[in-house]
This record gives sequence, C-alpha cells and structure tokens, in this order.
Amino acid sequence: MTAASPPEILRAPLIVEFPFTRSLGPVQSAFLSGLRERTVLGVKTSDGRVMVPPVEYDPVTAEEIRDLVEVAATGTVTTWAWNDRPRSQQPLDTPFAWVLVKLDGADTALLHVLDAPGPDAVRTGMRVRVRWAAERTGAITDIACFEPYEGPAGGAALPHDGDFADAVTGIVAEARLDYVYSPGRAQTAYINALSDRRTVGERCPSCHKVYVPPRGACPTCGVATTDRVEVGPAGTVTTYCIVNIKARNLDIEVPYVYAHIALDGAGLALHGRIGGIPYDQVRMGLRVEPVWTEGGRYPDHYRPTGEPDADYDAYKELI
Amino acid sequence: MARYAREVAVVAFAQSDHLRRTDELSEVEMVMPVLHQVLAATGLKAGEIGFTCSGSSDYLAGRAFSFTMTLDGVGAWPPISESHVEMDGAWALYEAWVKIQTGEADTALVYSYGKSSPGSVRDVLTRQLDPYYVAPLWPDSVALAALQARALIDAGETDESALAAIGARSRADAGANPHAQLRGSVPQGDYQVRPLRTGDCPPVGDGVAAVVLAAGDLARQLCERPAWITGIDHRIEAHSLGLRDLTDSPSTRIAAEHAGVFEAPVDTAELHAPFSSQEVVLRKALGLADDVAVNPSGGALAANPMMAAGLIRIGEAAARIHRGESHRVVAHATSGPCLQQNLVAVLEGDRA
Repeated sequence: MTAASPPEILRAPLIVEFPFTRSLGPVQSAFLSGLRERTVLGVKTSDGRVMVPPVEYDPVTAEEIRDLVEVAATGTVTTWAWNDRPRSQQPLDTPFAWVLVKLDGADTALLHVLDAPGPDAVRTGMRVRVRWAAERTGAITDIACFEPYEGPAGGAALPHDGDFADAVTGIVAEARLDYVYSPGRAQTAYINALSDRRTVGERCPSCHKVYVPPRGACPTCGVATTDRVEVGPAGTVTTYCIVNIKARNLDIEVPYVYAHIALDGAGLALHGRIGGIPYDQVRMGLRVEPVWTEGGRYPDHYRPTGEPDADYDAYKELI
Repeated sequence: MARYAREVAVVAFAQSDHLRRTDELSEVEMVMPVLHQVLAATGLKAGEIGFTCSGSSDYLAGRAFSFTMTLDGVGAWPPISESHVEMDGAWALYEAWVKIQTGEADTALVYSYGKSSPGSVRDVLTRQLDPYYVAPLWPDSVALAALQARALIDAGETDESALAAIGARSRADAGANPHAQLRGSVPQGDYQVRPLRTGDCPPVGDGVAAVVLAAGDLARQLCERPAWITGIDHRIEAHSLGLRDLTDSPSTRIAAEHAGVFEAPVDTAELHAPFSSQEVVLRKALGLADDVAVNPSGGALAANPMMAAGLIRIGEAAARIHRGESHRVVAHATSGPCLQQNLVAVLEGDRA
C-alpha cells in the first residue's frame, strides 16, 4: 500500500487542565491576604517608589524589598482598552475595559478590568475605585473590577506591617485550555486501520525500517515514511515486566505482565498487556496475538498463539 | 567583524507557507519539508550539521514534548548535538550562534514552528503571564497589545489611521511573498479590542522556518553571498506591565546598541511587530530613518506563526542579502506581551 489520497481528517476534543498550587513569599502573601481584608498593599522599591502590586525583589536592583505600605482603593487610569466580547474566563461577562490603574499613593500601575457602560465612558486619566468581590479568598480576583469614581482622592501611602490573621500562603492557579486535536497523516492512517482491527505501519524509503505506530518520519534518516505496511497480527514478546501496583481507574488484577511486542513485519516493538497465561510463565520469545473486545478501538491485550517460542536471533535487534 | 571571535553567517533560509490550519499534518510532518529544503540549499546532509537547535511551545497545540517528535524529521539517531528553547526560534538561533562562537560547532541547523490552529492562541498566551497577579484575569494577547496602542495614541505618537496604514502597507508588501498568510488588500475590520481593529492584529496560523548558520570560509563555500551576523544581542523588560513605559522599548534600544545597529546606516529592517502599534515603538527604539525599508516581506502582520515569526525576520533579512537586494539589515524578534523581550541582529553582506 502507498500513501495516496489523504484520508478523512480525524479530530477529537483535547482538554488540558493544570491546577498549579503555588506558594507565596512574604510580600505576595501580605498583598493577597490584604485584598481578602479589603486592604491594598504596596512595597517600597530601593529608590523609594511605591510598587503596586508588590513584588519581593526590586525590579531594578534585584535587592530584597520588604517595606510594605498601604495605598488607597481609588486611583487613576493610565491606559485602557475596550473589550466588546469578553472571553469565557475573564473577570466580567459583560463588555468592559482592560485598565492599568495607578492607585492613589502608588507609583506603578495595576492591571485589572473596569466595569463601565461603554467605551465613551472611559478615558485615560479618569478616576476609578475598587469594587470588592462579595466572597474573597486571597487572590487578585478579590478585586471584582474597578468602577468609575468621582469622590475624593486617597492620601499618601502609609506604613503597614503586613500582618493578617490566617494569612494566605498559597494560591491554586486553575487553568484550562481547550484544543481540537488532529493526529496528522501517518497517525490518522494508523488509527483508521485499527478500527478495522488491522495494524498498519510505515516503511522508511531509505533504511526500510517499518515503524509501528508510525509518526510520519524516520528518526534515523530524517525522511518521510511513505509506504504503508500491514504488520502482525501476531508478534513476539521481546521483553516484559511484571506489574504489582494496581493503577487507579484500571480494572486489571495484579500482578499482570506488560510487554514489548514486535509484531511480525514491524521494525520496532510496541507496548501491550499479556493475558491468557499465568504472569510467571511469560517469557522473552513468547508468540502472542491481539485480543479485541467488543467496541474496543485497540487490542485489549495479547495472548499466546500456542506456536513455539521465537528464536532469540529472530528478535534480538528489536529489543 | 572584530566584535566576535568568529565570523558567522546565515547561509540558507526556508519557510513553509503559513496557513490558518494544517489539520492533515502532524508537527513533524509540517516541519520536515522545510528542514529538507534548507539543507538542500547548502548541500549539507543532516549528519554533517554540527549543532541543531529548535524553538517551539507545547502549549500552542496542547502536545507535551512535541519538539522531541519533530526531531524525528532531523534524523537525530544516532544521537546528534541538539538543544531546544521554549521560545521563538530567534533565541534558538542565538544559542546556535553562541555554540559556533565557542568553537564547538562550525555549522548549525536552527528551526522553529508553531501549530496554533488546534487551540485558541489568545487564551494560550495568557498562560505565559505572572501567575499570581495577572494570569487569573486571563488578559489575552490582543487586549494587552491594545493597552499599549492606547498609551501610544494618548502620547500623540500615532493614531488609528496611522496604525491602519501600517497594516495596509504590510499586506501590500506581502503580495510579493508567496509564503504569507494575508496578502494584498485586507479590510481593516471591526475593533477586536479597542483601539485595535482586525487589521492591526496578526493572523493566527501554522508555520515553520529554518536557517543554516556557518562559520568563516565554510560559510563562503556554502553560500555565494553569506549574510554575516555582525551583531546580535537580546534584552528583557520587567515583567509587570504597570512598571513599564509601554510607549518605549529600552530593551530593544540596548540590544541594538550592543549589536552595533547605530554604528552605520541600515537599508532594511525586518521587525517582529505582531501588532501595528508595536512597529511604532520599534521604529523609535531603533531610530530608523524614513528611507529604511521596513518589513518588505510583509512582517508578522502578514504571517505570524508563533515561535517562528521572529526567526523568519532574521531569515528574510538574510535572504535579502543572499539575493543582493540589501547590504546592511537590522532584524528583530520579540517574545511576551507588549514587546517584553527583544532580540536584535545586524546582518551584512560582503562589500563588492
């Protein structure tokens, strides 16, 4: 078989979630604990400027900075951008402005969002104040947003010891990204063949090795693998291990054997579980064949064919 | 040329066509033809390359360790001398250039790729931001660029019609670039995040770029008119956006000083400005004269494959020298929000 017309493109949703648990240093802990208590803290940099939000090392000199101050919850917009179409994980679900806000008493600006009726209601230099979230946990989102504000300005920054009862010491940074995965030409052909209970590899036109599963390229020659080759269904156990730890969500009794299996005609081994034989009788050279279950999209496991074991020389290059 | 220990040149450049989607190709299938093309231009075989360095990001396509898969397209077995940066390929080129400067290699293959189509790149890029104070708000890449654009407009450095003209000029110039994703007249469109309209923003797409570097006489053997890297440097800004003057790029200016940009006039600039407003910042930081041709390739506003668009700027600059169209070019690459990190290189041809 040769790769001819491109097969129908396979697609599947792929969701990647990574809820990182992150530790806070003393300054970030004070800042986020402060937000929970409706108090905005900054830190004095080496040259005496007040930085909000605060960091733990001076951005210019890299000196450790710990000199906390309290600033007002009111401030001035230094730049803005109007967002007509909020994206799903952004702080407001109605159109809003992204803003950088220099809080009264601070010398640097904080990035957040501004709830305003429309772009005509927003300008650089406008006065705003924090709208606190109803439920606050010690996170930047304890500031629900900013809102327009016409009242008096806050004063200069005042010293603050940064001590709060039950200070937050960490955050869980939730993240979810949604993808639509397409496996590409070679893997699409492999997956399509599996649905017919066939295993298809690809041969390198240069060194003639047959890759199973194929990924589209020969890593030795750096060229595209082109010729499709059906391999198996039977193969040889080239090496194996005995698994004694039960995996969560895996309904297989331990101990069981997980093996490298060189399917007949393949130039390298793939992975599979060995069944239909006591675990302590599995051996290198054992001849096996795939067992499919109803509706399975790949072999559930491999079982002995009953043939004599393969000669070591027949598979030693594939270990 | 005495700035560095060794003379190093870009001797070949290749890139894919940059497309909105490449669903029919895996990453290695997308990368491999470009690797073959760039090697063929020099006559070198994969095994003859001294050092290989790539740039990419797994977050774009949501595939862990995808760069190890694309190494299959290099011919990386038996093991080669190889490295990877989770950055634009321009920084992979920098690493390769350093490797050659040390004398550990005489040639290098540098490639980078981005397959943004499986995900939403505006959301993906929020994950590179400060995880404590910024990322939980999910400010997308267009929003952050729009804050910078507003700051420029407020400062009187540009206006919306001037920004639109940058996009229009870029796509008109891209008419001569068969690889570009957007070419010719493209409607300026609606606001994406005001004040940036569709035409001020780069297209989202998939693409690949590759260059070959070589040292000294070997470069002269491999290429009729090598594009000598006579200066290269990169610098970064503080990560807090509220700490920066968004209308300026001190990191670009300092990198340019160290790369020798200001020591002689340049005739051409290839600037990695994904948003029209960022070209305004970069022109100022680099002090470009009005007669300098900026982004004759169309730039990132015509094709912006993530992790490759910066390397493409160096490649396009080199290709102009290879063709004899330019003599001294400044190439620039950026990474992060609002031009946070900037690399500047000077490429020069031998004077006749």
